[in-house]
Amino acid sequence: MATTDTQSSTKTMKLEVFRFLPDEGEPPSFQVYEVPYRDDWVVLDALNYIKDEIDGTLSYRWSCRMGVCGSCGMMVNGEPKLTCSAFLRDYYPQQIKVEPLSYFPVIRDLIINMDHFIDKMGEVKTWLIPAEDKPIEDGEYLQTPAQLAKYKQFTMCINCMLCYSACPVFGQNPDFIGPAAIALGQRYNLDSRDGGADERADVLFSDEGIWECTFVGECSEVCPKNVDPAGAIQMAKVTATNDWFKSFLMPGGRKKSGGNK
Amino acid sequence: MRHIGEKKINKKLPFVRELCQNYVGIDPVDEMIPVRPVIHYMMGGIDTDIEAATSLPGLFAAGECACVSINGANRLGSNSLTELLVFGARAAHSAVRFAEQNPTVDEEAITAQAAQEQERIREQFFRPGKGTETIASIRTDLNRALEAGAGIYRSEESLKVACDQVRELKERYKSVELADHSLTFNTELIAVLELGSLLDVAEAVTHSALQRRESRGSHQRSDFPERDDEQFLKHSLAYQTDGDPRIEYSDVTITRWPPGDRVYGNN
Repeated sequence: MATTDTQSSTKTMKLEVFRFLPDEGEPPSFQVYEVPYRDDWVVLDALNYIKDEIDGTLSYRWSCRMGVCGSCGMMVNGEPKLTCSAFLRDYYPQQIKVEPLSYFPVIRDLIINMDHFIDKMGEVKTWLIPAEDKPIEDGEYLQTPAQLAKYKQFTMCINCMLCYSACPVFGQNPDFIGPAAIALGQRYNLDSRDGGADERADVLFSDEGIWECTFVGECSEVCPKNVDPAGAIQMAKVTATNDWFKSFLMPGGRKKSGGNK
Repeated sequence: MRHIGEKKINKKLPFVRELCQNYVGIDPVDEMIPVRPVIHYMMGGIDTDIEAATSLPGLFAAGECACVSINGANRLGSNSLTELLVFGARAAHSAVRFAEQNPTVDEEAITAQAAQEQERIREQFFRPGKGTETIASIRTDLNRALEAGAGIYRSEESLKVACDQVRELKERYKSVELADHSLTFNTELIAVLELGSLLDVAEAVTHSALQRRESRGSHQRSDFPERDDEQFLKHSLAYQTDGDPRIEYSDVTITRWPPGDRVYGNN
């Protein structure tokens, strides 16, 4: 074991990192850093090494180091990745290019402005709007395993925004509500305890909503939590179409949108 | 976990399997999981009442930074999330009530205080060529000092060493210099301010632990292995002074569950 450690600690690897320091008034550039190579290191470990030992000005977001918080998303060799789970060993000995998530405005270095994304979640109302209000004394809102299974997959979303950086439609139209916000809208629309589908419909089915999606499917490819936002969007399209037909066939039919609960 | 079987693991422990596969490169269905101790949770924190109020009027705390004391001397798994939900909401309600009861604020005084604080930060950390210490070196040494001195098992000897080391690190902290002097998203500045707080917390932890000559919950003293309710069924309160912190004690209110022994199996 000791020999492997010594061997791996003498190996190094290069990272080519996007730099942008607005205070300096310089245009964006790339800076190359050489870091020790370790089998068990991820790109985030390499960035932390740079920040601690080489260059304290390099800036990026991170928190949990275990794929739960969704803060450390960046472009790694052109692909949106959580840097906490992108292992150096999968790139070694090639140089790794690290850039901020695509299609978002950059505040500084690898830090993007996510305000627009947060606003979209608010517009879609990605929270539970209770179908019925009942006093706490009446106990829990019970749910069967089958009811849970309908939306459980979409609860895994960690708001890491990798799906936005993979989405060519979002690249063309920054107003597109986008994969995660739509998947989270579906997460609540499909929840038997929720009654907010109508409130979400205006945004989800708007010009910037589900119909913008051309089903490229890249969002589901890059999702680190296997949420399948592309599937959620197609499901929402079916629901919307059914509701649209129902609104002709029976007066008030659209009132029951949100799919089978 | 190999004896549990794939089906049960997928149903009951899917996150554990995912973590093992993605981060350790092993599948717990077929392989053993390497295990080592880590910090699980900080039981102590900013002393609050059950409405999340601290002794400083207008300051409210909730979650792991706070100590409402619902967890006793050792938090059980998953209780921190419910704690956060309940006391996060209470902190918000308390803050709203406080704001309603104190509608006028002295804006001039607040602006002056903020300017003074900015000046202090600038003077302490933005001074090209004058600092000799880095954040990483102090943080790494702090990790080592607490792991060795105030880790799973503590003793008078180990804690005294840790107290001394933390005192030295606080001294070294005064000589930290930042590479980043930017006012745009300066994560290095956040890190150095957090490091200052880490040192304060470390000081409170080591001195409280040194003076608590008993074992209770996560505080295990190899030189005092038994729980001593007579002397230490108390909360330790650490107060900052010019030198080492002053440790005082407050009473514990026991409601339904008196302290008991943590036993495993059928004992």
